[in-house]
Amino acid sequence: MESNRRTFMKIGGLCALGLGALPVVDAFAKLDQPKFSQDPQALVGKKWAMVIDMKKCWEKGKPGCKDCMLACHKYHNVPTIEDEKEEIKWIWTDEHEHVFVGQSNPYTEENLHGKPFIVLCNHCANPACVRVCPTKATFKRKEDGIVMMDFHRCIGCRFCMAACPFGARSFNFRDPRPYIKTELNASFPTRERGVVEKCNFCNERLAAGSLPACVEACKCGALVFGDLEDPKSGVRKLLASHYTIRRKPELGTEPNVYYIV
Amino acid sequence: MLERALTGNQKYYRLLMLLLVFMGMGFASYLMQWNKGLTITGLSRDVSWGFYIAQFTFLVGVAASAVMVVLPYYLHDVKVFGRITILGEFLAVAAVTMCMLFIVVDLGKPMRLLNVILYPTPNSILFWDMIVLNGYLFLNIIIGWNVLEAERMGTHYAPWVKTLIYISIPWAVSIHTVTAFLYAGLPGRHYWLTAIMAARFLASAFASGPSLLILLAFILKKYTKFDPGREAIDKLSQIITYAMIISVFFVGLEFFTAFYSGIPGHMHALQYLFFGLEGHHKLVPFMWMFVILSAVALTLLINPATRKDDKFLKLACVAVFIAMWLEKGLGLVVAGFIPNPLDHVHEYAPTIPELMIALGVWSTGFFVLTVLYKIAVSVKEEVEV
Repeated sequence: MESNRRTFMKIGGLCALGLGALPVVDAFAKLDQPKFSQDPQALVGKKWAMVIDMKKCWEKGKPGCKDCMLACHKYHNVPTIEDEKEEIKWIWTDEHEHVFVGQSNPYTEENLHGKPFIVLCNHCANPACVRVCPTKATFKRKEDGIVMMDFHRCIGCRFCMAACPFGARSFNFRDPRPYIKTELNASFPTRERGVVEKCNFCNERLAAGSLPACVEACKCGALVFGDLEDPKSGVRKLLASHYTIRRKPELGTEPNVYYIV
Repeated sequence: MLERALTGNQKYYRLLMLLLVFMGMGFASYLMQWNKGLTITGLSRDVSWGFYIAQFTFLVGVAASAVMVVLPYYLHDVKVFGRITILGEFLAVAAVTMCMLFIVVDLGKPMRLLNVILYPTPNSILFWDMIVLNGYLFLNIIIGWNVLEAERMGTHYAPWVKTLIYISIPWAVSIHTVTAFLYAGLPGRHYWLTAIMAARFLASAFASGPSLLILLAFILKKYTKFDPGREAIDKLSQIITYAMIISVFFVGLEFFTAFYSGIPGHMHALQYLFFGLEGHHKLVPFMWMFVILSAVALTLLINPATRKDDKFLKLACVAVFIAMWLEKGLGLVVAGFIPNPLDHVHEYAPTIPELMIALGVWSTGFFVLTVLYKIAVSVKEEVEV
């Protein structure tokens, strides 16, 4: 009996020691190389941004065209919830005076008043949503500045929704899966009830070498995606040659979505 | 000491039973929310915080009741508060308990709550709010319990308790400040983006918390042998008077800045609350009720004759409590979301299940409070005998 207990204690002690030493082993055994290698096809950038040319959209696009939105929502298994209060939207349109609040006047050119503008997450350089998230479930990717969501870490406190000055975030008030009306895309996760979601600049498509779904879907080239740090990129060329505006620049969040009006 | 909670007269048991029934109703509603999600509430993608978070915000204020008796007693040697510090501390325990429950019922994924600790994020104010609220809860439980235990034994509490008491004073200020920072640091929410938010929270807290404390003291006086003492009530009512004046003054400051500057974003929320915006005016009657109740309360409190009259004082305390609940527990949180970032007005109203869950949480808080007060009063009664 006595020796049994002693053996038990010894083994128990050794086990505890082993478990306690695990982080030490990890620290020494860590390799410098990353654990996986990037797809050689992947699109790499340092600061992804989008330039939206609304004139092109209105003039060249078919009336009421929703190609970009449909492509995005289909690709990301975004549910179609009719109730406006619980709507999930990653990319949608709103009128000029609502997108650029306080920037229209009673005499705004007729071609602007009431015109639809495409809106999505601005992937701000200084995102308020990331600042407030208590679990780092929403975070800014260091290498390319995309503001991303970890659906598995989000506790659903909705602090990010209060913080976002662009209304870019949607909350899954109910189980979204029965409301996915498009063909299910098995390569992108569906979400659960109780988490926040939003546009992710198609980071999963960039990793595989394709442009964001909305950009690819737009037949009139109104959406241009590229790296702001690359002087030869399409977005930089457009920014250099056109007068562009951003939503609520005065708040200092530094949006990365630009509009040519 | 806990066993004192198990023996009581019929009224005590009846009260507990009633609270248990409400708790059960709230729990049943919460099961519904657990199964269906927050879709059972009136919340939307535009007004994403509502009744729960508003109750949480208001109750952080009620938790301040403790410091308003503890601070004068320990720092200014106001001896008359000696008998009621325990009431303040236990009220704080009950209020913070409710605060935490309101946060939990508001979460979309409550089972992931521990992520806040597993992935600590110091840049999030919510992380700090968790720390200060938990800290305040434990401080008040430990202090209250030890002081009461010492009183029962007829001894003086240990010196380390005194240290905790001193810590609890600035800590009480911190819970309001941090809770105000949840709101005051968000770009694009003009109604919340005000430097006096924390000051407003403190002022309204020091009005609503002690008001409830006075009302509770009167209830205890009526149903038990415990007497808080006339002077303590007088002193507390003076504190409420000052805090209420400052609170209303602060609301006035918001009005001036918004309407004299004429900046639309600053005016919108106040317009929505008090006059209605673009044909939406669900909260207007409630906010005018706040105005009327504040006027009544101030009239009764500033006039010494009515303030010193029990009947009027009770009325004033009820008025202060409801007025502050309307302003902070209803208007402040909801109006921050109106209009939404795209300048649309989408209104919010709580649903029945949402109200039931809130009732359940309030009942849980009052259950805790009843039990703690029962223990405190029993000990005090024994000591006096």
